[in-house]
Amino acid sequence: MGQFGGRADREVSSLPPKLAEVVDMLAMFTDRNEKIQAIISIAESFQGTRNPKPYDESHRVPGCESEVYAWAESEEGRWHFEFAVENPQGLSAMAFGAILQDGLDGLTKNEISEVPDELIYDIFGRELSMGKSMGLINMLQMCKRLSSA
Amino acid sequence: MNAIVEKGVDKLVSTEWVAEHLNDPRVRLVESNEDPLVYHSGHIPGAIEVDWIRDLNDAICRDYISADQFADLLSRAGIGPETEVIFYGDKNNWWAAYALWVFEMFGFTNSKIMDGGSLKWKNEGRQLTKEIPSVHAVEKQTWNRNEAPIRVMRDEVLAHCRAGKPIIDVRSPMEYTGERTHMEGYPNEGALRGGHIPGAKSIPWSRAVNPETGSFLPLESLRLLYADYSPENETVVYCRIGERSSHTWFVLKYLLGYKNVRNYDGSWTEWGNLVGVPIEK
Repeated sequence: MGQFGGRADREVSSLPPKLAEVVDMLAMFTDRNEKIQAIISIAESFQGTRNPKPYDESHRVPGCESEVYAWAESEEGRWHFEFAVENPQGLSAMAFGAILQDGLDGLTKNEISEVPDELIYDIFGRELSMGKSMGLINMLQMCKRLSSA
Repeated sequence: MNAIVEKGVDKLVSTEWVAEHLNDPRVRLVESNEDPLVYHSGHIPGAIEVDWIRDLNDAICRDYISADQFADLLSRAGIGPETEVIFYGDKNNWWAAYALWVFEMFGFTNSKIMDGGSLKWKNEGRQLTKEIPSVHAVEKQTWNRNEAPIRVMRDEVLAHCRAGKPIIDVRSPMEYTGERTHMEGYPNEGALRGGHIPGAKSIPWSRAVNPETGSFLPLESLRLLYADYSPENETVVYCRIGERSSHTWFVLKYLLGYKNVRNYDGSWTEWGNLVGVPIEK
């Protein structure tokens, strides 16, 4: 299967509803370029954080080449996330930030902790570079860490 | 125009030069990116994409494509022996340098890098398109893989290390010290051990670039950056999988004139997992 060729062979019904919706939507594309354009549209919908610069390094997602920062807030045990993507060419990070911002919104820490790292392959395909995979996985890991703190 | 281009480094072209050659049939623009979405969000008109994973890597073995596969790639990309290939891309031409390095492994040296990459092109408000160009394939040529002058393998690196010859680790300082490999709660960096090859000095690849413009630093600044090294000495560069170090390889070989610099693309994902080799932290 090529890059952006579809989701991994794995049940996605266990994903939180909004994430499952995105994964299912992207899996419908059989044309690689159409799928890429759909992900670019998601990246273009990305809304950065309201937090003022300079950002505290404690919010920096480690190992992410796109210079991503993440913040979390909870209300009665339900979590909300915001991201900043400092690299203007970090489109994959923007797309994943938008997906996480919406897909994890209102979930509990236990629900967030159960989201598998394989989510990035469901969205972007299997053939991401090692650095890109780790950067995106670390965005999800950061959400888990922030919500479990 | 960037000073380094003005000075006539013949392996670089400026964005102005590229703009003037958009319709030049002797030139093929090749975009190669770290982020696979970037090309499709808008690229230089006429540019094709070479994807590191799909186009340059063997799907099974950890190695690059065969000479025959490379010949197929160039044929369908409309690149003949006389075509001048201009590489550019995101992240300060990091992956563009990698693609150029792989092309050179097969003897294709009629290539240059557009200084500043796609960041500079976009910042200058130049034309972009989402249209994928239709490329007329050219007759398949014979290319022979001869990697020895530019690629180094682990046994040679071990001998190089034991001989105390120059090694440059171009990863981030946290990777160099091994700190990042062991960050709790995050996936490891593809290696069982953190640290660096004994004797290697840390000069992160990105220090060769102006982050505001994406351009290479002026030659005088580059010479200062690598002042501890000599163009006459046999030098090895490495990172995690060999992509960032191909950027440094390009700087040393083509901007500073190093006569014998080789890229260890096995890099830390190989060295940090090898049984019985020494490491330093």
